[in-house]
Amino acid sequence: MIFFLQNLVNALQWGSFYALIALGYSMVYGILMLFNFAHGDIFMVGAYIGFGVATGLLALVSTGMITAPNWMILVLTILFSMILTSFVGMIVERVGYRPLRDAPRASAAITGLMIGIILETGNLILLGARRVSFPALIQTETYNLGGVYITNKKIMIVVVSLALMLALHQFVQRTKWGMAMRAMAYDYTVVPLMGVSINTIARLTFAIGSALAAAAGILFGVAYPVLDPYMGIVFGWKAFVAAILGGRGSVLGATLAGFLLGFIEIFVAMIFPSTLRDLIAYSIILLILVFRPHGFFGEPYSARLRL
Amino acid sequence: MRKGLFLVVVTLVVGFIFSPCTWGAPKTIKIGINAPITGDIPKVGEGTKYAAQMWLEDIKAAGGLDVGGTKYPVEIVIEDNEAKAESAVTTNLKMITEDEVLVIVGPQSSKQAVPAGDVAENYGTPMISPWSTNPDTTKDRPFVFRGCFLDPFQGPVLANFIKEEFGFTKAAVLYDVASDYPKGLAEYFKEAWEKINGKGSVVAFESFTTKDADFSSQLSKIIRSGAEVLFTPQYYNEVALIVQQAHELGWSNPIVGSDSWGSAETVELCGKNCYGLFFSTHYAAAGAKGKTQEFIERYEKKYGYVPDDVAALTWDSLGIVQAAIQSTGSLTGNIEKDRQSVRDAMAGVKEYEGITGKMTFTEEGDPIKCAVIVRISEKGEFEFYKSVCP
Repeated sequence: MIFFLQNLVNALQWGSFYALIALGYSMVYGILMLFNFAHGDIFMVGAYIGFGVATGLLALVSTGMITAPNWMILVLTILFSMILTSFVGMIVERVGYRPLRDAPRASAAITGLMIGIILETGNLILLGARRVSFPALIQTETYNLGGVYITNKKIMIVVVSLALMLALHQFVQRTKWGMAMRAMAYDYTVVPLMGVSINTIARLTFAIGSALAAAAGILFGVAYPVLDPYMGIVFGWKAFVAAILGGRGSVLGATLAGFLLGFIEIFVAMIFPSTLRDLIAYSIILLILVFRPHGFFGEPYSARLRL
Repeated sequence: MRKGLFLVVVTLVVGFIFSPCTWGAPKTIKIGINAPITGDIPKVGEGTKYAAQMWLEDIKAAGGLDVGGTKYPVEIVIEDNEAKAESAVTTNLKMITEDEVLVIVGPQSSKQAVPAGDVAENYGTPMISPWSTNPDTTKDRPFVFRGCFLDPFQGPVLANFIKEEFGFTKAAVLYDVASDYPKGLAEYFKEAWEKINGKGSVVAFESFTTKDADFSSQLSKIIRSGAEVLFTPQYYNEVALIVQQAHELGWSNPIVGSDSWGSAETVELCGKNCYGLFFSTHYAAAGAKGKTQEFIERYEKKYGYVPDDVAALTWDSLGIVQAAIQSTGSLTGNIEKDRQSVRDAMAGVKEYEGITGKMTFTEEGDPIKCAVIVRISEKGEFEFYKSVCP
């Protein structure tokens, strides 16, 4: 039982990352019918921007120019990085996707792959191949709850992720911008005729998705403090799986599927030999997709789509 | 006009092809360095490159490499294998066929050295991997050599050390199943440990795949298994994550590693979490004497940090290559013949006194040398703990 609970806690943390990244994929796919394969690398860029911001703020604190406790630095790091990374997302959209909006889908999909490679190698040239160590902003405290070990980092990661997902849900459901995004997901050829600018909505979608990826990147840096330029590739693929599993453009679906993926990976390794983890985990996902080809909350393409 | 241009081009091309023969001066000796400059383990590539550059400096200062009375200029061709097996193969191929190197030094880790050694063997080019400890690298390959001890030796060394030092009977292993080096070493360790403590004494044998960052489920299993010690033969980037996560999940027993821990970057990434842990390696920088100390001081002065084992082994490998080339007596200028004679000379090196210790070579081209157990001190330095000889 304790063993099960321990793995549950681990899975919650692991699933948070998948869910946060899957949301970005899912929104872009839902609204613009694009596979943004560069999203995993935007997660990487977000983590590196977070590294830069955190290092900068720590340097300012050490020179005495500002005084701030470490948790405040973390909050500021998350905020600044989300804003900066959302600009990266908007640039990617402007440079890579807008010119190709009417091009065949395959061209737009490979654009994502190319932008991903550009971001990876750009980082490699800029910072070199050395891995960087994300600064330890919170002192790890481990709590032993009857044999289940929980750290303050794990709690923080899960809480911040859930808060961001809830905020996104509220934004999409309650605001005018959110309504415009849902309308665009419904039909992106007709809605512009009603006076909603597709360029603005596309930019907004990329900005939000990238900001969430940046948050995921920083939380990842807090939990696994070794960053490298290729950290986003496999992670991005897996989050993409979660996005599709959740159903096209569904916020709730992407969140649930992200957590589910985390749970499956952790629990498969718990029950079976860990060598077989990915083999079994992704066979299960494949099986789910066979029975629910449109994901949990997706609808067949003939029916109308919603966000 | 067109025809004239064509003629000029043809003349130039033909001229380029035959130019080395027409110039008569001693032909440059090219030595290829196949190193992971980018990719997963760039620090390893950096150490390789720096050691090679220092070696070249010495050769240049001496006015070239003296072979049988003729001084040959030496050139180093450093190519990046991105720490990938496929790239290491193409890199070897390119250095052999395009750059026409006489000898290849590298690749460093077994993941690249095992497949790349095949190319060197097929093209009859001598290759020496300074750091690859997997037996397959040199097995049945007369043209392939190495500069370090082997995993079948390192596994028992660590198993014996843990037994003697702590007296434990239950061990756990966590390794990357997708990489030759950790996988091989994990198996050798398991075999040796079970020989000492009986069957089933490795209570958890868990794996993951390259690029994984979360090891929580494997570590939870290991903790539940009641293991007294964790052995993880991983590279420095994973070590930092594994050790930290193990501690966060409540593991407080020793964690022991292998020579892949011996990078200058291990402590930088891992920090306090790694203090007090042990690993086996090829040499310990703290407390070195003689030639070794000289090398360390020179390297540190030049590049600003204490060289890790890769740099030291690369230095020794280049020393062996140099000794072999010199002992051929003369070079013909025909690259294929010269490669053959250098290989024969390398196979003929019976004993070499390097900075990582004295080595004697077996038939397979593997050295027999001592291993060192290092403890990471409370200051984050690699401290010599004890020496284990075969």
